[in-house]
Amino acid sequence: MAQLHFTSWLREVVPNGPLTAGGDTVGAALDGVFLELPHVRSYLLDERGQLRKHVCIFADGKRLPREQTLSHAIRPDSKLYVMQALSGG
Amino acid sequence: MSGRMLVATRKGLIQLVRNNGGWTIARTSFPGVAVTAALPDARDGTLYAALKHGHFGCKMHRSDDDGKSFKELPAPAFPADAADAPTLFQIWTLEAGGGPDELWIGALPAGLFRSTDRGESWQLARSLWDVPERAKWFGGGYDMAGIHSVSADPHDARRVSIAISCGGVWDTHDSGQTWTVLGKGLIAGYMPPEQAGVPEVQDPHRVARCAAAPEVMWMQHHSGMFRSLDAGANWTTLKPPGDDFGFAVAAHPQDPLTAWFVPAIKDELRVPRDGALAVTRTRDGGKTWESLRDGLPQRDAYDLIYRHGLDVDDSGRQLAMGSTTGSLWVSEDAGEGWSLVNAHLPPVYAVRFY
Repeated sequence: MAQLHFTSWLREVVPNGPLTAGGDTVGAALDGVFLELPHVRSYLLDERGQLRKHVCIFADGKRLPREQTLSHAIRPDSKLYVMQALSGG
Repeated sequence: MSGRMLVATRKGLIQLVRNNGGWTIARTSFPGVAVTAALPDARDGTLYAALKHGHFGCKMHRSDDDGKSFKELPAPAFPADAADAPTLFQIWTLEAGGGPDELWIGALPAGLFRSTDRGESWQLARSLWDVPERAKWFGGGYDMAGIHSVSADPHDARRVSIAISCGGVWDTHDSGQTWTVLGKGLIAGYMPPEQAGVPEVQDPHRVARCAAAPEVMWMQHHSGMFRSLDAGANWTTLKPPGDDFGFAVAAHPQDPLTAWFVPAIKDELRVPRDGALAVTRTRDGGKTWESLRDGLPQRDAYDLIYRHGLDVDDSGRQLAMGSTTGSLWVSEDAGEGWSLVNAHLPPVYAVRFY
């Protein structure tokens, strides 16, 4: 199970992080989170299901390009950081 | 006179109460988060707040206990099969409708959303989004056109008027099923001369209507001030002696001859002339004007009042005004004199009495 850490900006919507989730990609891991916490989805993804412009995710120490984030392959022991992009504020 | 006020700011929703003639901050909700619109619903006392998280999107919240607690509601969304399928950038205005539990949201991009269940769900007014004239709309201050003024006719809930920057004034007589562009007499100085009168390219910065005489509307336009006596079909240019650029306008709730504007110098210089903030008032339908300054800063002021930053309460005597530089003033005598409530707020997007 990958481990997901969330920015403190999201403490009110993800109060009990870090979380763990299965899946082979970042998108699949996030889907697992959304299954448990449906309200988190709209904070990370826009209405079209794309990663929000000002959210950035690091996987195993690497900042992922936005367009490739959701399809990025992860391992069961991957560590993800869901962060606010400083471009957003 | 109203004893409570919502102030929507760049860094939270501030509630103020009137005590012994003065206003004090009673509560701040959503600290640090931009609150782009707020509505105290006079029908049932509900408070609504529209948030714009810099990173995490636009959200809607509702309070049934006067702001002690808020519940997150679904935010409006453009359907995936809507033309261009945009994503929501900002909730720009939030208004009570005429029907029970009916609410309207005007958004950027220029989608109009309707709820009939106190915000539990939202439907895009497709008929407006699909008008062919939308191809001519364009952004005014933002990259995209947006809806900032929505008002239901108090005598007929099915009749709703909206204003778009930049897309003109539109109305519906059937709760949003069909739409007509209005605005004869409006002139857009930012267009080539032969297109200056085209209704669907007008930039009404804000439209306010008289509650007791809803066919009377006042407009602060990008290119001047206007008044309509027939619910937006025809407009007459107003000619105050001073500046006629600005964003905010408030209409007296009972007197169709009285309105307030807050001028800035011009499009290219959006600050008060000579650093002196003034409210421009007419009490005779625009024939004569007064520049009201008592209690307002008369030097070194850079305050600009945004579209929703000026409000008048039901008495028509009490006004509030919040600025881009975080100052908030109140008048209890229809604008003759003003008292500073706070000079250190975040930039103010909207003020509303309740």
